[in-house]
Amino acid sequence: MNGGGYAVDAPVGRSLAQVLREDIGLTGTKLACGEGHCGACTVLVDGVPTLSCITLVHTVGEREVTTIEGLRDHPLVAAFVRADAVQCGFCTPGQIVSASALVEANPEPSKDEIRHAMAGNLCRCGTYPKIEEAISMVTETRSSSSRGALASKADVQPRPSQDA
Amino acid sequence: MARLIKTEKEVEGRYTEQWIVIEEDALDQWPEGPLNVVGQSVPRIDGLQRARGQAPYTADIQLPGMLHAAVLRSPHARARVEKLDLRTALAAPGVRAAIGPDDLEQLTDEPSYPGHPVAAVAADTFAQAQAALTQIELEWEVLEPLLDPDEAVRRGSTVSETDTYERGDYERGLAAADVVVEAEYRTQVVLHNSLETHQSICHWENDGLTVYISTQYIWGVRDAIAEKLELPPDKVRVVCEAMGGGFGSKNGPGDYTFIGAELARRTGRPVKCALTRREENQATGNRNATIQRLTAGARSDGTLTALGGDFVNAVGWTGWSPSTEGPMQLLYACENMRTVNHGAKLNSPPNAAFRAPGFVEGTFGLECLLDELAAKLDIDPLELRRRNYADSDRMDDRPFSSKNLAECYRRAEPHWERRDEVRARSEGPWKRGVGLASQVWYGGGGPPSYAWLRVGADGRAQVVTAMQDIGTGSRTAMAQIAAEELGLPVDRIEVSLGDSSRGPFASISAGSSTIPSMGPAVRAAAADAKRQILEIAAQRFHLEERVLDLKNGDIVSSDGGSWPLEEITGLLEDAQILGKGARGPNPTGMRVLTFGVQVAEVAVDTETGEVVVDKIVAIHDVGRVINSLGASSQVEGGIIQGIGHTLSENRILDPETGAVLTQTLDAYKLPTIADVPEIVTDLVDVPDPHLTNLGSKGLGEPPIIPTAAAIANAIRDATGADVRSLPITREEMLRALREAAERERHGAPAAV
Repeated sequence: MNGGGYAVDAPVGRSLAQVLREDIGLTGTKLACGEGHCGACTVLVDGVPTLSCITLVHTVGEREVTTIEGLRDHPLVAAFVRADAVQCGFCTPGQIVSASALVEANPEPSKDEIRHAMAGNLCRCGTYPKIEEAISMVTETRSSSSRGALASKADVQPRPSQDA
Repeated sequence: MARLIKTEKEVEGRYTEQWIVIEEDALDQWPEGPLNVVGQSVPRIDGLQRARGQAPYTADIQLPGMLHAAVLRSPHARARVEKLDLRTALAAPGVRAAIGPDDLEQLTDEPSYPGHPVAAVAADTFAQAQAALTQIELEWEVLEPLLDPDEAVRRGSTVSETDTYERGDYERGLAAADVVVEAEYRTQVVLHNSLETHQSICHWENDGLTVYISTQYIWGVRDAIAEKLELPPDKVRVVCEAMGGGFGSKNGPGDYTFIGAELARRTGRPVKCALTRREENQATGNRNATIQRLTAGARSDGTLTALGGDFVNAVGWTGWSPSTEGPMQLLYACENMRTVNHGAKLNSPPNAAFRAPGFVEGTFGLECLLDELAAKLDIDPLELRRRNYADSDRMDDRPFSSKNLAECYRRAEPHWERRDEVRARSEGPWKRGVGLASQVWYGGGGPPSYAWLRVGADGRAQVVTAMQDIGTGSRTAMAQIAAEELGLPVDRIEVSLGDSSRGPFASISAGSSTIPSMGPAVRAAAADAKRQILEIAAQRFHLEERVLDLKNGDIVSSDGGSWPLEEITGLLEDAQILGKGARGPNPTGMRVLTFGVQVAEVAVDTETGEVVVDKIVAIHDVGRVINSLGASSQVEGGIIQGIGHTLSENRILDPETGAVLTQTLDAYKLPTIADVPEIVTDLVDVPDPHLTNLGSKGLGEPPIIPTAAAIANAIRDATGADVRSLPITREEMLRALREAAERERHGAPAAV
């Protein structure tokens, strides 16, 4: 995990989030709903955003886990602060973990691709516009000319607001 | 000199009279407009800590030997506990204590809402505590709940006396009207859903109780616990270094803290009582539902002759009846008025303050009614609002300390004038339109509030005050204010907050009051320290104090001399310069309010009822802006919560049993990043000349207030349909469209 290794003695049924927070003491991963609905507990497992609150630790095996603690010097962290994409901050680590997977997979996401990738991370304070801005700061957001390519993606439905 | 006065104190629109010791505010306001640090865009000084997951939330604190509590809550809206046996739970693995209704006032054997606490256990792990709850032997007698607010008012089941307000002659005003509109508006129950659930850790130590808690009011929690547990207040230490959102729901200690304190007392160990999301959405408060039966009368020129409203707040089992009628009383210059406020007591979870309680709901009703009136009068809605502009508070003829709503309207014009262009972009079933709504709210803060400031030999300053930053960026705002006064860059300021034993009394962070209450105290403390620095510098450099000032980290003299601040503070060694500041009084005989207007652009699919908000322009007058970046975040956050309130959020009860059906975040629909429109923030940024040494008011609440009405009015502009019930689901949208089509067929007038 985060480039190192931990040996943890965990009973069957223990979640990855519990092990991270309670056994190892890495509390940057937050628990806000505990049932996989809000995204606050997002970590990367082999680079894929994963809800650690509903991931049993025994299913992780030898795969590489990256938490916010492993991303402390990621350019997104500074960008989130500069854009003010942090209010109460409770969802922010999960947002940054999700965003890091997005920019890794897609170095030039469009606005709609950002929204699609980040829609699973809830923020009650409403930092969403600033999150878009922060992600755009570390990527080169595609211009509106890329819309044609986007529309061909079946899983992103452009809304009428984007046609304006 | 300190002065003892009796004064009116306002929080969230609730006024109380109390004695208060105040210190005069001796500082002149800074000149208008952005300064060196204040008014600039400053990233949060604790942003990196929060973004990296290093901020210590209550949820992250683990004390040695700490136990975890779980609470058995009533699944029934109304029931009686026939039998309760804790013995098997006590014998369950890991359990250290179990308590029931006989042990603690906060536990009940006659639960009166779903989620009412009945029993609790403390165990080594939370999983063990939860497992033990299932071992409690329990038999219920389930009783029929009272759930209908109108029925409750009819039966006299209310949380307070019916509150009637009248001015002028309402009946005569109605008789004088050329046009009268009547409409019934309904708003739903909305849940706060702060991402950090309500929780605290209680630890009996040092002959007293230490409470780590996610709270908006460290001092309120301290005093409430001290009173209930009969402890001297200084024996209760309350700590909240970082907290994950409150929105009004975390102003007090809550049942869970008393449960934790009792379990900690019995076990001699620290006890964490943290609510699950499902408990959170039953038992930590909500924005209550409302029914608003409204009437407006106007002459043909648009002058309002009468406004009336019968407001039913569906409060819940306990709580208070918010002033849903407040916007009607304050927003327009209508001479004749009658409002009636009923607070229905129901077998549903108690309400709690939620970002401008009452005013969000009341503004939806009032500002939709105004647009229905404008349609009937065939007057431009913005013009109708200008014709009824209030120049003073019509409730008691007090002048406003400042009001720049006319300037907000002026700035709204270019956005409002886009209506024809926006409507012309309607295509097929998608109809487009523009709507606006005004806003009035409190947000002036008040005394008492205190801050200390210390400067050490290294020329860095630390603000010390036991306030809390609930995520709004108030820590950064205080650093900016101190930096501005001391002529220091903001990175030379630390702000120590979040601990009642490490700093003086500080304001509640609710009612948009943190900056207007705390900011002036911080500036006064910095000014006190600055005065002392200049006294010492004058002696060291053999100059008169009046020729010296602090600028950009230097001591400067009027004849061009300049010395780094450290040259003076460096003489201090272990000595420190200690400044002390207090919040001065509010202006006497004046009403301090915030104002604004928002313009919404929407698209409605008239075939499916889908509503998409394309853009919201928010123009607000909240006095001087301290941090333009943080201010835009507050506006965006308020609007996004407003969009949830308008379109998707709804706590649903089982109509038969009263059970909360929307306990999880897949059932309760919060806005996501994909639901956010373009948001334009435009703040008037003119200091209130009568309010404190800053002239700043609060901004946390104003942006949510007019959002629902602006969207609903834009929907009317797009489709001609009157939506009158929140949330505007597809069913409600299609109902309103059908009603409008029906009306058109029968040639009925635009409003009743």
